[in-house]
Amino acid sequence: MAAILSISDLRKSYDGGFEALKGVSLDIDEGEILALLGPNGAGKTTLISTVCGIISPTSGSVKVGGHCTLSDFRAARSLIGLVPQEINLEPFEKVINSVRFSRGLFGKPRNEALIEDILRKLSLWDKRNSQVKELSGGMKRRVLIAKALAHEPRVLFLDEPTAGVDVELRKDMWEVVRELKANGVTIILTTHYIEEAEAIADRVGVIANGEILLVKDKDELMTQLGQKQLCVHLSAPISDVPASLAAHALELNAEGDALIYTYDTRGERTGITSLLNDVAAAGLVLADVSTRQSSLEDIFVGLVSGDKA
Amino acid sequence: MNLTAIWSIYRFEMTRFFRTLFQSFLSPVLSTSLYFVVFGAAIGSRIDQVDGIDYGAFIVPGLIMLSVMTQSISNASFGIYFPKFIGTIYELLSAPVSFLEIVLGYVGAAATKALFIGVVILATSSLFVDLSIAHPMAMVLFLLLTCLSFALMGFIIGIWAKNFEQLQLVPLLVVTPLVFLGGSFYSISMLPPIWQKVTLFNPVVYLISGFRWSFFGTSDVPVGLSLLAIGGFTLACLCVIWWIFKTGWRIRE
Repeated sequence: MAAILSISDLRKSYDGGFEALKGVSLDIDEGEILALLGPNGAGKTTLISTVCGIISPTSGSVKVGGHCTLSDFRAARSLIGLVPQEINLEPFEKVINSVRFSRGLFGKPRNEALIEDILRKLSLWDKRNSQVKELSGGMKRRVLIAKALAHEPRVLFLDEPTAGVDVELRKDMWEVVRELKANGVTIILTTHYIEEAEAIADRVGVIANGEILLVKDKDELMTQLGQKQLCVHLSAPISDVPASLAAHALELNAEGDALIYTYDTRGERTGITSLLNDVAAAGLVLADVSTRQSSLEDIFVGLVSGDKA
Repeated sequence: MNLTAIWSIYRFEMTRFFRTLFQSFLSPVLSTSLYFVVFGAAIGSRIDQVDGIDYGAFIVPGLIMLSVMTQSISNASFGIYFPKFIGTIYELLSAPVSFLEIVLGYVGAAATKALFIGVVILATSSLFVDLSIAHPMAMVLFLLLTCLSFALMGFIIGIWAKNFEQLQLVPLLVVTPLVFLGGSFYSISMLPPIWQKVTLFNPVVYLISGFRWSFFGTSDVPVGLSLLAIGGFTLACLCVIWWIFKTGWRIRE
């Protein structure tokens, strides 16, 4: 698939010498959902702001749909919608006027049917004549999304769209995101919630200290970097791991009734067969066996702390 | 040129104005009436004529200029500062609009509001004094140029300001004194000779003088010089805005 967003060697340094982006290069395919994970201050918002034109880059280039964001900014920006992290809205304006304004700003003629459709999908239609300041935090976030969608963007940036949003609303938003993807919109979202990336992303990028550490297909990432744990539940507790099982590097849980074996799914041999044979040979009786796949969160924490194993 | 965007910004700004139309209308009517009570009736009754014009009528152009200049600045500076303050400027910066289009939208709206207030003051004044306008076209031209140039200056202040105090600083400490000392309520020929020379360094003198000429056909400085001054001021503001646009100063930092 062709890249709709192409970022090459993007750098941003501030006057004090702080380098917020250290040569970021990233291609994003049309129609995909990329989740950008990173700790606070990693450069996620700076990256989005630079692509969208809010911050001038120090060097490097960004192309959206083949249009340079600096030399051909009108064509490039027309394709982009941005939902910022902060709830930045004119408090005294009516919801519908605020959304109409966003569409007008992008040079699009009035389209009341489209705006009604967006507001209905985001459950804002009943509130269309309310002033923004009268809405709850979650509703305001929906208004931000409605404003970003008002000009029918092809690429949508969602900067932590579900921060501080309750579970139900978060799931509603995921639904909106999936629907947009079904309509061919490319979505780049930053998030702190790993479950969010796990639930909706096609690819996951990890950014820390202004550098992209990795961009991978989510499932591939889970498989490649994912560690699995095998938990062998014993019918009777033991005080120590038997010496004959020392080679398997097992851990005994606090209650002494389960042995935990960590293995890498990338390995040619997982060592499970020999482990189970040795457990039986040691005279231990099994009550149950379970496995647990490590989550993206485990992978993320491992990467950011420099432990890439 | 993204005309739809300019119109959207203009309409959005004007909506804010219409939301508070009553205050927008009432406040200039009230302040003009007060000026006429104080300067026209109380003090003006002791002043015969200035340059052959009744004092009550003489102060009308100055009164209009005083309000138009301060309103243009405060409307435009607030108009662009408010999105910066509440964070909605992200939308302007990420939209396919050039800085020129942003300026046209905000400055156009600010100038329109000031023009409206100027017309309200003119109408209110005509209830108190007999007014005749000698050069109506020139009057409209001076009014439009003043609204435009001071709105441009207000826009620059709004970009420059980092807080509400700074937003008030220039209008309060620079513009108001210049307007009061610029011959709003007197002819500069009434000043001692040395101050007549000093006051020529005040650019507002040229604007008020030219505007008064359009009403009464008399002026403190040649009307051509007045036009040159307001043209030069507009140009200077445009240059600063062009520079802001080129560098992204205080916008895309």
